[in-house]
Amino acid sequence: MIELLILIPACAGILAFFVASDRARRGLLISAALAQTVLSLGTWIVWPAPALGGWLAEDALGRLIETLTSVLFLAVSFYAVAYLREEGSQAHSDIEEGFIFSNAREASFAGCLLLFLAAMTLVTVSQQIALLWVAVEATTLASAPLIYFHRQHRSLEATWKYLIICSVGIALALLGVFFLAVAATNPDGSTIPLTVQALRLNAHHLNVPWYKAAFVLLLVGYGTKMGLAPFHTWLPDAHSEAPSVASALLSGALLNCAFLGILRAQEICVAGGLADFSDRLLLGFGLLSMAVAAVFISGQTDYKRMLAYSSVEHMGILAVGVGLGGAAAFGAMLHVINHSLTKAMLFLVAGNLLAVYRTKNTDGVAGALSVLPASGVLWLVGLFAITGSPPFGPFLSEFTILKAALDQGQTLIAIAYLAILAVILAAMAAPALAMAQGTPTEHVAMARPRSMALSVVPAMLGITVLVMGIYLPPGLSRALREAARLLR
Amino acid sequence: MSQPINSLLVLLVLSGFVLLSSSRLAACIRVVAFQGVLLGLLAIFMQDGQLNISGVLLPITTTVVKGFLLPSLLFRAMREAETVREVEPLISYNLSIISGAVVLALALWLGDRLQLPSQLPSSLLVPAALFTSLVGMIVIVSRRKALTQVLGYLALENGVYAFGTAVALRLPVLVELGILLDVFVGVFVMGIAIFHISREFDHIDTDKLVALTDRP
Repeated sequence: MIELLILIPACAGILAFFVASDRARRGLLISAALAQTVLSLGTWIVWPAPALGGWLAEDALGRLIETLTSVLFLAVSFYAVAYLREEGSQAHSDIEEGFIFSNAREASFAGCLLLFLAAMTLVTVSQQIALLWVAVEATTLASAPLIYFHRQHRSLEATWKYLIICSVGIALALLGVFFLAVAATNPDGSTIPLTVQALRLNAHHLNVPWYKAAFVLLLVGYGTKMGLAPFHTWLPDAHSEAPSVASALLSGALLNCAFLGILRAQEICVAGGLADFSDRLLLGFGLLSMAVAAVFISGQTDYKRMLAYSSVEHMGILAVGVGLGGAAAFGAMLHVINHSLTKAMLFLVAGNLLAVYRTKNTDGVAGALSVLPASGVLWLVGLFAITGSPPFGPFLSEFTILKAALDQGQTLIAIAYLAILAVILAAMAAPALAMAQGTPTEHVAMARPRSMALSVVPAMLGITVLVMGIYLPPGLSRALREAARLLR
Repeated sequence: MSQPINSLLVLLVLSGFVLLSSSRLAACIRVVAFQGVLLGLLAIFMQDGQLNISGVLLPITTTVVKGFLLPSLLFRAMREAETVREVEPLISYNLSIISGAVVLALALWLGDRLQLPSQLPSSLLVPAALFTSLVGMIVIVSRRKALTQVLGYLALENGVYAFGTAVALRLPVLVELGILLDVFVGVFVMGIAIFHISREFDHIDTDKLVALTDRP
């Protein structure tokens, strides 16, 4: 069953490259996403048996992120089909410099989307530390062509930075995996298998200096991919230049997968009594990421970059939550879900705004509420949700982390955390309101109506974010507690 | 047993210096290919005597992928991109070599600090691996061509991999092959990107890739 979770998107992805008919290929994309989502929801009813000698298995953490990835991918694939129908293959004029460019072949875009899903699923179910590395690197390779969908020089530059910076980061993580293999060697030459389960059970026998070095390398390596400052430099470029479908998946799904790589290392630290060491690092990088994001969000004039830096901020919040541990780890797990849904929704809405206004500049967008009523409302809702306003989901999870920090007596961290959130709220609210209100210019007001799915998908995500803020189903709450318990 | 390993590691360190001082792209690609062959040989000598599938498969695939396939991809990218076939570093070659010497000292010091829990075939292994990785980093930040950045990435990866061969017996062969496959596909994708960069910009200098910044 676990193999199927990976094989369905992988096979559909390879097939998609060779399907000539657009209709058939789009059907394939949605049906593969649907089948995979049904299957991953099924893992909540029947716990799947481990496969490949225990290398592939579901656990509380992996299953949470796996299901989130599947559901998000399904939502985005509906949007993607509508998006490709609207601007599939004709030539476009560049919105910033006016030259003409074309898009990549739709077949390779759809194929890479599905392969990307397969690679991300492999990350979530890998219980073997080195296999996890192979999967994370595979996500980079499958997603790079998605960023270069618009064949023009800015997206090419973003793709190149993404490839090089993430590959170098991931190479450091590989060194971390090898260091971990050294740490798992006993003085008598016998070794502990490199599975999460075995490493947790034998965590007290790990060689401490080597394990600490391994943790730092894994944190830096996967942190590069996750967008923790100061290794986040690829992230704003890739997220702003990729088509919105890809941005939504990069932010909503890929960053979580990289985070999972760090969580696996943290799990082993916790089991081995090294949590003091790893917590300090996570808190440091987390707060730094939040602060860097606050600086770059303030005065940001490009709204897609603004969303990208907001992702850096939220990855920082996740690191802080896990670093604090206890109730904050629960809050971080909840925040993984809330951030993914909200940010994916925002990137999809940003895609709608971009298609009509043809500018990424916040000053160039006015009167979104009257031109695109649905997208305008969703834009406001999404921005208030992502900045932590009640009654939306992110408020609940950010508040849980704050309360845990105060309960643990970490007053300084709580103050810094709250101050940064306040700065970001102020910096994002002003442009958001200005974009929604005001009078649109004439040619924008005449914009032709766009496909329903382009508003329905983000609206569904928005409703989920709202519900998550008001009512947390007991089953989900239990799953989150189980996941948080692995992080103590 | 440790004599050939030591010789191979010394050659690995020397190849790092050649990489830092070569001005021709083709020469740099050959150095990285040579490193790949060294890694394949290293994987043979690291075996503990008994013959098994992974003991045969791994050195062969390493040599084929790192010594031949990847360099041929890079040569192809170089031909298709039709660029000036000079390295064109951002810093002088003298400075490159000096930074290489500094990095070697750092690697030796770190290698001394990091004591492996079980006996290692050679005390040079950790410093040589770290040195090769750090040389890769220097190449990435100090060269302007997209192709040289890929070369730097490969040198970095070779260093990590050299360390990996020491612990390879503990990693299952399937994972090792997965790592090689990832690197291969990675360089393949980078090669395609280089092709597009050369077509889009008429050159592959990454210092012209500066359109994306945060405009205040």
